[in-house]
Formats: sequence, structure tokens, C-alpha cells
Amino acid sequence: MFVVQKSHLAALTAVLSLLTMAACTGDPGTAAFNDPYEAQNRAVHRLNSGVDRVFLRPTSQVYESGLPKPVQQGISNFSDNFETPGMMVNNLLQGDVEHLVENTFRFVINTTVGIGGVMDAADAIGMGRRSTDFGETLHVWGVQEGAYLELPFYGPSTERDAAGLLVDFALDPLGYVLPKPEKYLGTITKLASKVGDRGRYSDTVDSILYESADSYAQARILYLQNRRFELGQEVPSDTFDPYEDPYGQ
Amino acid sequence: MANDLNPAVLTGRHLTRRHLIAGIAGGAVAFSVARPALALDVESAKVLIGALVKDINGIINSGASETAMYAQFEQVFIKYADVPIIAQSALGVAARAASAGQMKGFTAAFQGYISRKYGSRFREFIGGQIEVVDAKQVKSFYEVISTAYLKGQSPFEVRWQVSDKSGHDKFFNMIIEGVNMVATERTEIGALLDQRGGDLDQLIVDLKGLG
Repeated sequence: MFVVQKSHLAALTAVLSLLTMAACTGDPGTAAFNDPYEAQNRAVHRLNSGVDRVFLRPTSQVYESGLPKPVQQGISNFSDNFETPGMMVNNLLQGDVEHLVENTFRFVINTTVGIGGVMDAADAIGMGRRSTDFGETLHVWGVQEGAYLELPFYGPSTERDAAGLLVDFALDPLGYVLPKPEKYLGTITKLASKVGDRGRYSDTVDSILYESADSYAQARILYLQNRRFELGQEVPSDTFDPYEDPYGQ
Repeated sequence: MANDLNPAVLTGRHLTRRHLIAGIAGGAVAFSVARPALALDVESAKVLIGALVKDINGIINSGASETAMYAQFEQVFIKYADVPIIAQSALGVAARAASAGQMKGFTAAFQGYISRKYGSRFREFIGGQIEVVDAKQVKSFYEVISTAYLKGQSPFEVRWQVSDKSGHDKFFNMIIEGVNMVATERTEIGALLDQRGGDLDQLIVDLKGLG
């Protein structure tokens, strides 16, 4: 018990310091990115690319070719379902009743009809996946994006999203109610499903990591653009008219 | 209640009169400088992108070889995109210092590069379908919103930005789930140029083998 509390305290401290950092490094505003830690981030990017080259990429190829597609889909569905209670907590914290109801419905249907979450039965009846996380909750609460971060063994993030990641990890509602070893199923299937994603989007990931001139800069812009889109943030470059300013902002 | 309707009726009448005048003026201009007969609006932008996605759907479901598809994508790109403005925006500030000859060479090399690069991404769309769902005006251009339905994936949004400022109705940017083609390519072209110490001629040569 003491150990748990201590690790939670450490996580809380880390979250608070990340949020303080996010507050200090400010908002990107109209800028494409805010990357004061670029030198450290690039070092982490080299580490992550090395991990991908020697471990993740080859593993994902074996996973892709070795496991039948329905099994891969089942693992990915199970992992999503395991995470759904955490998403429901975030929906609640965001005051997002519509998605809270949908995710609750999804969790109930998929856990029962979908046999413990292996099948996405809710999606089959038109109620698709509604992802959220504590990073989004922080955004809803008005926390700024903060600086761009590339996290070791994880990849692109921001100060706000990194804080969110720690909270989601600690949140893990099913981890509290399930006994060992079942409680670890979520983490194990999540890792497996990440490996599956690496295999499935192999061409795209390879083109970013190994074919672009500056894979760090590409990963950064792709992550930030897609994340801001997910959060529904206004992006100046999306309303940019090149006929008015042909050489760019 | 009748009073509530008045402003709308008045506006309507006003617009009709103004359109009539604009129509006459437009006709006169069209007569003298052969201006495109119809100005771009939400509907025609939607029609343009509707034709574009029809062509893309045709390619991704044609069963043609990858190389054949790249060539087809390049044709679609030339037909529907304002390639010179996309190339110029992707090159960014470096375009300002470039000569007319360099811009011509860069635009040609960029056209092949972007067709190969995005062609290989659209390869993942094989067996899928893109549908136009909506269109709206954004500042001085139009944005057409489409949804891509791919096998085994949740549907996702592809936005096309369309303008007639080149003299033709063309798209000048594409945004896939927030990922802005021009902004992303500006980062990549900038990095390629940095790698070559800012040598645009070298980039033009190398770009022919990239993408």
C-alpha cells in the first residue's frame, strides 16, 4: 500500500511539474510549434528511431505476418475496451455527457455481446470508437499545450499531453478492480496493439522515419497538426491563403 | 410578423438587382478578356472535388499496378491542383530569391515528387471510397470536406481547399485529419534545402529521385 501511495505521489509531482512547465513555456499561439527543448528532443528521437529500427519494426513485421488478421483485430479491440472506463472518467471530467453515454454504452455492449471486448459489437451497430484522454481533459480545462516533447520509447507529445499520459496511467480504473494477473491484460494488449499498428501503417511510418530529410521535424509537425485537429483547436495554417501571401507566413 | 420578413425580402431584392448588374458587367468582361464564365462558389467547388474524388476512387479500385497508379495520380494532380502555387508555397521564402527558370524546374520536379509521395499514401486507400460531404467558404477560398472510408479503419476527414485565383478552379491544399499538405511539405522541402546548403539547383536535380 505504501509503495502504491509513494508511486502515486511521484506521478502527481511529475504531473504538477509538467503542468508548471506547460504554463511557463506558454502557448504556441500562431506559431507552428514551440520547441525550446529541441536539442534534448532530438537526442530522444535518435534513441526512439534506434529502438524502432532494431526492435519495433522487425517485431511488427513478425506480428503482421505471423498473426491472423482477426486475432490482431481482437487484441486491438480488447485493448480499446480495457481503456474505455478510463475514457469515461475523462468524459465525465470534461463534462462531455454525450460521449460519456456513448462510451458507457460501448463498454457495456462490447464487454457482454463483444465477449469481454474482443469484438467491437458497438461499432457494428453504428456506435464507433470515441477516444479521449487526460491530455484532452487538461485542454478542456484551459491548460495550454506547452512545449513539444519527444518521450523516450513513446514518441511525440507535448508538456500537456505528457502530464495527461501520467494521469491516465495512474487512473486505469480496471486496474483497481481486477485481480492479478488480469489487471495486466490491458497493458499487455495495448503494447501488442501498438506493435500491430506499427506493422499496419508500416509504409507511412517508414516514410516519416527513414525517407524524410528531417524525420524529427516531420514527426513533430505531423503530431502537432493531428493532435490539434483531434482537440478541435484553430490552426492558422489551415486558413492560409497562398494567393495573398505566396511565400508563406 | 410580416415586418420580420421585410429585411430578408429587401436583401433578396437588393441582391437580385446587384447580381443583375454584376452579371451584365461580368458578361462585358467575359466578352473582352475571355474570363471563366462562372465564378467559383460553394456548389462549383463541391462539384470540382466531387469529380476529383471520383477519379481517385476510380484509380484506387482499378487494380492497376503501383507504377501505373503513380502516373495516374500525377495526371489527376495536374488536372485538379494548382501545382505552381503549391510548389511555391512548399518552397516558402526560398522561392522569393529563385529565378523564373529555377521556379519552372522546381515546379516540374515537385510535381513528380508529390505525385509519387501522395500516390504511395493513396495506395493504402485501395478498395476504399472517398465521399464529398460538405463545402464552405473560408476567407477568400472554398473548403470542401470529404470523408474517406477505408477498409478496416474508422472513417476520416479529408479537406480540400479550392480557389479560382489562378484563373482556373483548382485545389491548392489538402488537409487529412488536420495534417496540412502544404505546411508539412514546407517543413520537408526546407529540410531538404538545408541539407544541400540552400542549393536550389541541386534540390531540383535530387527531387526527381525522391518521393
